[in-house]
Amino acid sequence: MTRPTFSRRAIVAAGLAGAAGLTFAQAGTPVRIGSTLALTGPLSATAQIHKLVGEIYVEQLNKRGGLLGRQVEWVVKDDQSKPDLARTLYEQLVTADKVDLLMGPYATGAILSAMGVAQRYNKVLVHHTLGVPSLAKYELAFPAWSLGSEPQNTVTASVFDALAAGPKPPKTVAVVTSKFPSIAFMSAGAREMLKKRGLTEVLFLEWDFGNRDFGPIANRVKDAKPDFVWVGAIGLDGNLLLDAMKKIDYEPPQHFYMYPAPGPLVALPEAKNALSVTIFEDQQPFLSNPGGAEFVRLYRERATKAGLADTSVETQAAASWTAWQILEAGVNATKSLDDQKIGAFLKANRVDTIQGKLRFDGLGNFGDDLMRIKQVQNGKWVVVWPKEMTAGGAKLLAN
Amino acid sequence: MPGFSLPSASLLAQSVLSGIFVGALYGLLGLGLSLSWGLLRLINLAHFGLAFLAAYLCYQLSLAHVDPLLSLVLIVPLLFAIGAGLHWVMARFAVTPFNSLLLTFGLTGILEALIQSVWTADFRKLESAYGNVKWKIGGLYFPLPEVITLLLAVGISFAVWAVLRYTDLGKAMRAAAEDPAVAAAFGVDEKRNGLLLAGLCSALAGVAGVCLALSFTLAPSQIYAWVGVVFAAVMLGGLGRALGPLIAGTVIGVSEAVTMAVTAPSWAPIVSFTLLIVILVLRPGRAA
Repeated sequence: MTRPTFSRRAIVAAGLAGAAGLTFAQAGTPVRIGSTLALTGPLSATAQIHKLVGEIYVEQLNKRGGLLGRQVEWVVKDDQSKPDLARTLYEQLVTADKVDLLMGPYATGAILSAMGVAQRYNKVLVHHTLGVPSLAKYELAFPAWSLGSEPQNTVTASVFDALAAGPKPPKTVAVVTSKFPSIAFMSAGAREMLKKRGLTEVLFLEWDFGNRDFGPIANRVKDAKPDFVWVGAIGLDGNLLLDAMKKIDYEPPQHFYMYPAPGPLVALPEAKNALSVTIFEDQQPFLSNPGGAEFVRLYRERATKAGLADTSVETQAAASWTAWQILEAGVNATKSLDDQKIGAFLKANRVDTIQGKLRFDGLGNFGDDLMRIKQVQNGKWVVVWPKEMTAGGAKLLAN
Repeated sequence: MPGFSLPSASLLAQSVLSGIFVGALYGLLGLGLSLSWGLLRLINLAHFGLAFLAAYLCYQLSLAHVDPLLSLVLIVPLLFAIGAGLHWVMARFAVTPFNSLLLTFGLTGILEALIQSVWTADFRKLESAYGNVKWKIGGLYFPLPEVITLLLAVGISFAVWAVLRYTDLGKAMRAAAEDPAVAAAFGVDEKRNGLLLAGLCSALAGVAGVCLALSFTLAPSQIYAWVGVVFAAVMLGGLGRALGPLIAGTVIGVSEAVTMAVTAPSWAPIVSFTLLIVILVLRPGRAA
């Protein structure tokens, strides 16, 4: 029996061919990004915005050549609005689906679940809308919603600054709020802030998430006769409370809604002059930020096709788009899918997004508070505070 | 209690009125469920899904400028047919009460998915002329959609009560629920009556759905928000009793509203469910 012999040249050639084949095979394999979203359940109305934004972003990204020359595939699973299920699904995404990168879910509860899994596997997690920054303990978690490290102080200060500079600075305030964690957290901040400013709290009420009957709450607000109503609203709370107020002929003099479902609220005639917060609106100067105008155009087009009731871009859609921008920036800058390298880059650098340049070096990797105050004027959301972010001389109005 | 305060007379009176209005809706939603549970021995969780299906159909028809009340002409027969069809399937496979709970829970999930695929998960609000009408009497506000719901709930509950009490059909239904074998011996056609009653229960879900659409903003996931309190109204009111859900629903609605008027609104569900537990402990035969 003769032993096969290989010349040195043949071995080198085979090695090169193998490496080329491997590179070729990898180039043909998509980069897989995994996430969950609340596609069903009580959070699905908002989560569908994140799904649509993700689909548009990945489509556009692939048109630009994808990541590292490879097409991108988004693996998205339905967590049914259940944080415990989100945890299981993220575990699956990492261990069974073996995705290359992770993207965050919606909303705070699911994000915290996903963060636990990401931490266990040392994966980067860019998340859209975590409302309580102090809960973000994982060093490779990066927020796309720039509400600052202490929104309970800074955002509430912005609201009362805007009111103080408005036509009827309030003296008495009613704080009525959902007990939903991120909302209750902000409403507690509002109560502290109004005390600091010497305002009088004439009513404080809390309700459980999912409350249906707002009639008695409207009655109590009317009875308290406040100059300003702070509504710790999430989803439809604002609409339901305004509906109930209308039924007893009550119009709050000035009113604020924390995280309302933006489309339904703006469409309600009773929401005239309602205030809220935003990180992005379909107006200048936001449209001048990188990709802002193009995103608004694409989103409107696709949201119309998808039959969404509201086709305008605001906080949810903008935070979602920003999350994808952050992840893309991390991969492109490091030319790698290595989570440690991407994380190190994001911590040390600012990223251009539709919200502006974001930094990730504060508490929980949160950066600046870029929350602006907006108001329903003539059936449209208009930014009214701070002055430098307003367009066309828009000013805060009172009823 | 946190936030406890003595309410003004007008606040208290308006809150009681709000409680009566929402209680009437609890009663209307609970009526079909109670009849199905008490007389057919089927715990039909899909009742809530069917009510929301009717609400969305009413919303859709309103987009085509069909008056919400006129839409009942289409929705009620459709829901009747669905209910009768569902009952035929359950009777065909001899589904037990416990299995009916599981089966109809699954069906509710399917209905939610169906509604979401047609109308998306977005919130939908029926805009009608009724929404802008209200009366102020003695300092109290009476919004038309709530008044319509109250009138329908009271009218239908009494009509069903009268049918069950005074007509041969009603007596036959009650007899079949009491002892099917003896009722059959007396010539009661249990199958036909079962189909009729199941259809009626679903039709009632249809009416409740239209009332829901008149007063509330719709989202598919809100199907489940009504289950707990309406179940409480059904249990309190007594299974198979036509007036029970209305009375119990009103008691729950008013107790919730008064709780919200004097203390934190988050205490309202605690009060209503405590009421349920107390009554079931004091009168354990109530839900039999």
